[in-house]
Amino acid sequence: MSVVVLVEVEEGRASLVSRETLTFARSLGAGDLHAVVVGEAGEAVVADCREMGVVVVHEAVDPALERYAAAAWAAVVEAAGRAARANVVLAPGTGRGMEVLAHVAARRNLRMAANVVAVESLDPLVVQRQVVGGAALERATVDSRVRLMTMAGHAVDPKPADAAGEATVSRLAVAVDPRDLRAQVARVEKREQADTSGLTGARVVVGAGRGAGGPDGFSAVDALATRLGGAVGVSRVVTSLGWRPHHEQVGQTGSRIAPDLYLACGISGSIQHWAGCASSRTIIAVNTDPDAPMVTKADYAVIGDMHEVLPAVLEELG
Amino acid sequence: MTNVLVCVKRVPDPTGEVVLTPDGLRVDGRFAGYTTSAHEEAAVALAVQLAEPSGGTVTVLSVGSEDSIEQIRSGIAVGATDGILVEADADLLGPADVASAIAEAVQGREAAGTGYDLVLLGNDAADTGDFQVGIRLSYLLDRPVVAGIQTVEVEGDRATLRGEGPEGTEVYEVDLPAVATVLEGGVAPRYPSVMGRMRAKKAEVETVAWSGTASGSGRDALTVPEPPPSEVTVLGEGPSAAPALVAVLRELKVVHG
Ligand SMILES: Cc1cc2nc3c(=O)[nH]c(=O)nc-3n(C[C@H](O)[C@H](O)[C@H](O)COP(=O)(O)OP(=O)(O)OC[C@H]3O[C@@H](n4cnc5c(N)ncnc54)[C@H](O)[C@@H]3O)c2cc1C
Ligand SMILES: Nc1ncnc2c1ncn2[C@@H]1O[C@H](COP(=O)(O)O)[C@@H](O)[C@H]1O
Repeated sequence: MSVVVLVEVEEGRASLVSRETLTFARSLGAGDLHAVVVGEAGEAVVADCREMGVVVVHEAVDPALERYAAAAWAAVVEAAGRAARANVVLAPGTGRGMEVLAHVAARRNLRMAANVVAVESLDPLVVQRQVVGGAALERATVDSRVRLMTMAGHAVDPKPADAAGEATVSRLAVAVDPRDLRAQVARVEKREQADTSGLTGARVVVGAGRGAGGPDGFSAVDALATRLGGAVGVSRVVTSLGWRPHHEQVGQTGSRIAPDLYLACGISGSIQHWAGCASSRTIIAVNTDPDAPMVTKADYAVIGDMHEVLPAVLEELG
Repeated sequence: MTNVLVCVKRVPDPTGEVVLTPDGLRVDGRFAGYTTSAHEEAAVALAVQLAEPSGGTVTVLSVGSEDSIEQIRSGIAVGATDGILVEADADLLGPADVASAIAEAVQGREAAGTGYDLVLLGNDAADTGDFQVGIRLSYLLDRPVVAGIQTVEVEGDRATLRGEGPEGTEVYEVDLPAVATVLEGGVAPRYPSVMGRMRAKKAEVETVAWSGTASGSGRDALTVPEPPPSEVTVLGEGPSAAPALVAVLRELKVVHG
C-alpha cells in the first residue's frame, strides 16, 4: 500500500500547495509516501520531498515532456502509480493538478474527488470536499480501485515529517505516446508586464465593486490608489459590466493579491472574491451595508457611501 | 464554417448566500434563482464569436430536468442557434455520467449529419465543481482536449487556444475536432438583445434521453461552514470617519508624505 503525490515545481522547489498535499498524504496512514515529478527532480525538490517524508521520488525525463501536455503528464502519474503500487494518488488542487488527475481518472475509468479538505475513511473512500466555490462542503463516497483526489489549497499547513524520508530518486521508463501530445503547449507568451504584476505585487490595493455605480465611479478610487502608490483591483461585477478591464479583477477567476492593505470599497465580499484577497495583511471595507461579508470579515470598516467617504479621505490625506 | 457545441449546466446562483434544502442534500436555488456559471457564459460567448463570422452554428446542450431549457434559451438569446436537452435528474448523475450523456448526444447528432468541430464546456461547474466532465468527454469522443482556455481562434481545421499558465499565456494549436474547457476572462460577456430574446423563445430545443445507467455522484450530505466570528473594528459612519481611516493608514505605514 502506498500513496503517490504529483509534485509541481515552482522556481526550482516543490510548490507550496505540493508541500501541503504531501503533508496531507502523509496523514492518511495509507503506507509509503511517493512523489512524482515531471522532468528532472532537482536537488532542492528532492530535499523538499525528503523533508516531507517521501520514500521515493519518481522522475520522468523525456524531451517530449519539456512542453506541458496534460495527457502525457497523466501517463507519467500512471507509471509512478504502477511503480509504487499505489492505491491512493493525490495532486494539488491547482489548474494543472486538477487537469492531470482528471486525465488519469478518464483513462483508467476511476472516480476523482476534486478539492478535498479531509478524508473520513479510506476504504471505502469518504471525503469532505469544497463545492460551490468553497461556500459549502460536500461529504461524498467516491470509492474506486485507485483513489484519486486533488487537495483544496491551504486546507492544511505544510509540515515536515517527524523522520525525513529517503527520497531515493527513481527514473521512470516512459515512452511518450504521440496521441498524448495532441494537445501540448506550443509556446508560452510572457505576461504583459504592466497588467497583472502591478496588481499582484502591490503593497496597497484599492478595490471597487458594484458600489462604484458605473464606469465613471472610479475617479476617487484611482486617485486614492495613486496617492497611496498602489494599484486598483475590482470585483467581477465591475469587469463583466465592462466598467474596467478583466486584468484588474481580484478573485477566484482573477488575480490573487496579498498586499499589506486592501481597501475594499462597494464590494460585498462574495466567497469567489474573498478567494483572491484573503491573504491581504489588513483589510479595510467601505460599504453602505454593515452586514456585507466584506465588512464582517474585514479588520476595519467604514459604513457609508464610498462616493462620500473616499473624497473625504483624499482631502484628509491632503 | 465552424460548428460549436457548448455544454451548460443549470445551477443555483452561486454568487449569493448558500441556502440548503431541508434534507441537506442540495443547494436550494429558490431564493437565489438559477443561472449558468460564469465559465459557461464565457464558453457561449466564444462559440458565438467563432461561429457567426464563419456562418457556422452554435448548439447549446444541457443535461438536466426540463427547467434547464431556461439556461439553453439564455444561450440562444445571446446568439446560439439551437439547443439540446438531455433529460435526466442532474442531481443523480456524477461527472462520468454527464460526460457519457453528452458524448451520446454528440454521436447522435453526428449520425444525423451534424458534426461539431469544437465542443466547449466550462472548466468547472459552479455548484459541484468536479473539474472533469470536459476531460472525460474528450476520451469518450477520442478528441484532444485543452483545459482552462480563455480564447480560441479557428483557421481551417486547426484551432489556436490560449489560457493562463504558471509562466505566462500558454498557446495550444490542435487539430479539429477538439474539446476545450473555458475559464472566464478572455471574452466580453454577451447580453441578450430584444431580438435575441424573441428568437430564444421560438427556437427549437430538441429533447433526447440518455441510454446509460447512472453511477452517481457519491454525495452523502452538504454543509455550509459557519463563518468565523467577526472581529471588525468599525471606524465610523460616512465621511466623518475619514480621519479615523487615515489614522489607520498612517499606522499601517502605507501613507507617504
Ligand atoms: C465561477 C465564478 C467565479 C467568480 N469569480 C469571481 C472573481 O474572480 N472575482 C469576483 O470579484 N467575483 C467573482 N465571482 C462573482 C461573485 O460571486 C460576486 O458576484 C461578485 O464578487 C460581486 O461583486 P460586487 O461585490 O462588486 O457586487 P455586489 O455583490 O452587488 O455587491 C456590491 C456591494 O456594494 C455595496 N454598495 C453599494 N453601493 C455602495 C456605495 N455607494 N458605497 C459603498 N458600498 C456600496 C453593497 O452594499 C454591496 O455590499 C465569481 C462567480 C462565479 C460563479
Ligand atoms: N448537467 C450538465 N449539463 C451540461 N453540461 C454540464 C453538466 N454538468 C457539467 N457540465 C459541463 O461540464 C463542465 C465541468 O463540470 P464539472 O466537471 O462537473 O465541474 C461545466 O462547466 C459544464 O460546461
